[in-house]
Amino acid sequence: MSAPTEHVEGVPLVHAEGVRKHYGRLEVLKGIDLTVRRGSVCCLLGPSGSGKSTFLRCINHLEKVDGGRLTVDGELVGYRQHGGKLHELREREVAERRRDIGMVFQRFNLFPHMTALDNVIEAPVRVAGVARAQAREEAVQLLERVGLADRAGHYPSELSGGQQQRVAIARALAMKPKLMLFDEPTSALDPELVGDVLDVMRQLADEGMTMVVVTHEIGFAREVGDTAVFMDEGVIVEAGDPRQLLVNPEQERTRAFLSKVL
Amino acid sequence: MVELKTSRDTAAPAHGLTADDLVVVPVRNHGRWVAAAASLAALVGLVGSLAGNDNLRWDIVGQYLFADLIFDGLFTTLWLTAAAMVLGLALGTLIAVMRLSSSPVLYGLATFFVWIFRGTPLLVQIIFWGYAAALYKYVMIGIPFTDITFFRAETNSLLTPAVAALLALGLNEAAYASEIVRAGIQSVDTGQTEAAHSLGMRPALTMRRIVLPQAMRVITPPMGNETINMLKMTALVSVISAHDLMSNIQDVYAQNYQVIPMLVVASLWYLALVTLLGIPQAWLERRYGRGTAQAQQVSPLQRLLGGTARTARVGNRVMNKEAGR
Repeated sequence: MSAPTEHVEGVPLVHAEGVRKHYGRLEVLKGIDLTVRRGSVCCLLGPSGSGKSTFLRCINHLEKVDGGRLTVDGELVGYRQHGGKLHELREREVAERRRDIGMVFQRFNLFPHMTALDNVIEAPVRVAGVARAQAREEAVQLLERVGLADRAGHYPSELSGGQQQRVAIARALAMKPKLMLFDEPTSALDPELVGDVLDVMRQLADEGMTMVVVTHEIGFAREVGDTAVFMDEGVIVEAGDPRQLLVNPEQERTRAFLSKVL
Repeated sequence: MVELKTSRDTAAPAHGLTADDLVVVPVRNHGRWVAAAASLAALVGLVGSLAGNDNLRWDIVGQYLFADLIFDGLFTTLWLTAAAMVLGLALGTLIAVMRLSSSPVLYGLATFFVWIFRGTPLLVQIIFWGYAAALYKYVMIGIPFTDITFFRAETNSLLTPAVAALLALGLNEAAYASEIVRAGIQSVDTGQTEAAHSLGMRPALTMRRIVLPQAMRVITPPMGNETINMLKMTALVSVISAHDLMSNIQDVYAQNYQVIPMLVVASLWYLALVTLLGIPQAWLERRYGRGTAQAQQVSPLQRLLGGTARTARVGNRVMNKEAGR
């Protein structure tokens, strides 16, 4: 399942060491250590409030990290290290680094005032400076890939949830990211629409995209995931091969969670 | 085992009618017809009494309605309204963004501005700008505490009544517009900003391309209201003789003492202009409603003419809600 064109073998794409995050006095991440290899799919599982979504949002600096180190492709996210201090980057510099990290949200967050096609070409044209005609061509191909070529001219309000989420995936892919983050991408969908979105994600994983996926879809994690990480109360309880971890977990807390979800 | 019957089986026997033969009769609004007739009678009486009142002097109204002096005033009123709204909206947007900024300096300055210009009467502000020369005789731009000046002019030559009027109306409008724009910006879901940021868009670009266009849907109706208000508030600048419509009307009745007919002339023109302003507003609301259910909204005329248009609109909304799930 690994990508055919790997850059530097051995350097993980995402590397977290002791990542901490708190809201006021509430500690939501209590020292997360995690490594995501290039071309692998890492699924984060756990009960709500376990900190899995917060950790995902730390990866592209939508949330500020309060302690520890978090690097993507060897670069610190949102900070610059100077001696023993981490200096927060300016918004402009953070934006620069986010271009390589695609994100898909639970509530889709498509731009409602733009058509599906315009949603996809917005960032390539305005951020990456791609010529409009070329961006358009690539966007049409992306929409074709997620099975929505015939919906290019539709506004998000005219699309079903599943279709909106697939447009959102195409929109993120349009920036040609090296990492894709998925924050419960199927949780807001009607059950019969979940399959289409998971199919697109599975196809993406097969093509060698590095993915970090927060999900409640145990089946997806087992089939597509290279690693499964179970989190609870701001710590990683257990991590490993999903076929092992999701079938025969070592920790009691993982077992208790899985027995409720399955 | 339960035996199932279709509704047709059960409805049929009573009058020998099948369910398909039944006709739906809408509620008959007899009260509505009575109310309409009574209102019409009252309206005819009122118009008749006004038309027949000799003190109104329709001949004077007719004589001045299209007079050059009135058109001069109308021209001033119109450009003053447009310029003050442009200044107000531009500055108001800037202040709204400042008030939402994380910088305490920007927030403080913006809040202070709104506090001053919303907290004092517009009439006071107009007179203040009109008489600003009494406060500063000269306007100078240079380096403080040195003799170097790049620009120096008499306040009176810069602050003509028209400029003073524009400043007063525009700055006052900015204070109100900033609150409207701020509410609009805050009405946009934070997920939109996050999505834009995750694509690598910078804050300024996100504001311009993603947040403000969506905020416009919320901003447009109250700003239309503000424009209508502005058109009428320009009448206040007559106190500094800015030669708007109202200034010129006052000049006329100061000489011919025909106060009421001249006010009718003014009212007819203000009414006509306000009516015309509804057209661009409806267009803007449709333009910024793209992608939402309101985009298919019927025109006010269609709504006045009957219920069919309204049911169509509700139908559309339901359809969109289903599609949006």
